[in-house]
Amino acid sequence: MSRLIGSTVLRGAVGATGLLVVLEAAGRTGLIDTTFLPLVSTVLARAAELAVDGEFLAHAFASAEAWFWALALTIAVAVPAGLLLGVARPAEVAARPLIEFLRPIPSVALIPLAIMLFQNQLHMRMSVAVYAATWPVLINTIYGVRDVDPLAKETLRSFGFGPGSVVLRVVLPSAAPFIATGVRLAASVAIILVVTAEVVAGGINGIGIFINQAGSGNRVDLMIAATAWVGLFGIAVNALLVAAEKRVFRWHHKRLAGVS
Amino acid sequence: MLELVDLTHRYGTYHAIDRINLTVKQGEVVCVVGPSGCGKSTLLRSIAGLIKPTGGRVLLDGRPVESTPDNLAVVFQDYSRSLYPWLSALANVSLPLRRRGLDRKARDEAAMAALTEVGLGTAAAKFPWEMSGGMQQRVSIARALAYRPKLLLMDEPFGSVDAQTREELEDLVLRVCAHHGMTILLITHDVDESVYVGDRVVVLSKAPGTVTGDLTVDLPGPRDQIRTRELDAFVKLRADVGRMVRGMTNNNHHEVEHR
Repeated sequence: MSRLIGSTVLRGAVGATGLLVVLEAAGRTGLIDTTFLPLVSTVLARAAELAVDGEFLAHAFASAEAWFWALALTIAVAVPAGLLLGVARPAEVAARPLIEFLRPIPSVALIPLAIMLFQNQLHMRMSVAVYAATWPVLINTIYGVRDVDPLAKETLRSFGFGPGSVVLRVVLPSAAPFIATGVRLAASVAIILVVTAEVVAGGINGIGIFINQAGSGNRVDLMIAATAWVGLFGIAVNALLVAAEKRVFRWHHKRLAGVS
Repeated sequence: MLELVDLTHRYGTYHAIDRINLTVKQGEVVCVVGPSGCGKSTLLRSIAGLIKPTGGRVLLDGRPVESTPDNLAVVFQDYSRSLYPWLSALANVSLPLRRRGLDRKARDEAAMAALTEVGLGTAAAKFPWEMSGGMQQRVSIARALAYRPKLLLMDEPFGSVDAQTREELEDLVLRVCAHHGMTILLITHDVDESVYVGDRVVVLSKAPGTVTGDLTVDLPGPRDQIRTRELDAFVKLRADVGRMVRGMTNNNHHEVEHR
């Protein structure tokens, strides 16, 4: 199993490196104009410099802060809402048309509205990110809750536990793996929306602001280097959450493995 | 201690059980046996307060069962669904004890004692998915025992384990419940098991289920898988119950023969 993962990671690394090598060669042989697309080696060097650049780190920190609070707020809102809608069928039926209407609205389209509603830069970015990140958490929570085995609930009820205890001790733990998957998806969505809001709406600081400034200074190398850091951050967050899920919900994965 | 008066339940137009009257005395082991679809599970859920019967009454210690009573525990057939996979065996057993107002230490001690009683003292830290089916059902039984219910309801508790485990678990339940003076209502479709385990066997008809027979099992205790099952009285009772389950008349049971 671990050997398989090892070889998958290795192949992925070979593929990515191969592409970078080709791009580097294309730049050096003059096939690609380096003022249009800088050399891979140049971008990598800039990226390394940015990692220790205080000004860049301040921008990155501002984005990370907005992302973190957006995700925290999303969880605080969407998990209880999903629990409620999952447990109370009439509430879900009543809320469904509203959800189906709101969900497909692209968050990016809401940025102008968010700019008007929120004077505070952090709040504006968070609002857009929360809007987009809510759906995967909400939907996964609703379906996770609805999927809870009725016999598992009946068992606790038969011992005289009330509905509140059943939700807390059976429904929530049963649905937790599904909720966690929703949170992982939301984490990626929130990164995209925070950076998008920064690029579109501007502001004092944030990775998106840094990218905009680099663009107006015609520094494509810095733009790509900063973008690469955003991508790496996304990969790292995802990998971390996947690892956490595997660890915390070992029972869930073992059980699935046992069934199949 | 348990009294059912004209207990009736319909799911929409489906008539599951019809005017069931049954009295279970303190310390009795009563087996309810019937053909599949005779409303056995409906009966059990009504007694446990999990569903509200559409007619009749359930009295537990003289008081009507309104919601789920707290002096009762249920062991379900499907242990893999009724145990919580995110909890260890110990935590599964100790969870219901929160209802008993015990602190954590007392809960864990009581849970450990119950697990030891069913022979799982060394497996307390294991998770259900790390255990065999028989072990998992032992955990379910330990969970019910630790709760110290006055009435233990069992819904086909040995229906999903292999034959040998089944015999072990039958003896385990009889031994442990006799030790604690528990009253048991065990629902099964297995005629043989009902006679072996029960002090009394109650036979239900096909849906809508109603009581068609009530036999006292007058076999010497403690029961023994080999010796009890070879007794003439056991064989005769088994045939009687079998006939009743199939809805055959029971007036020539003295001519029962066995090969």
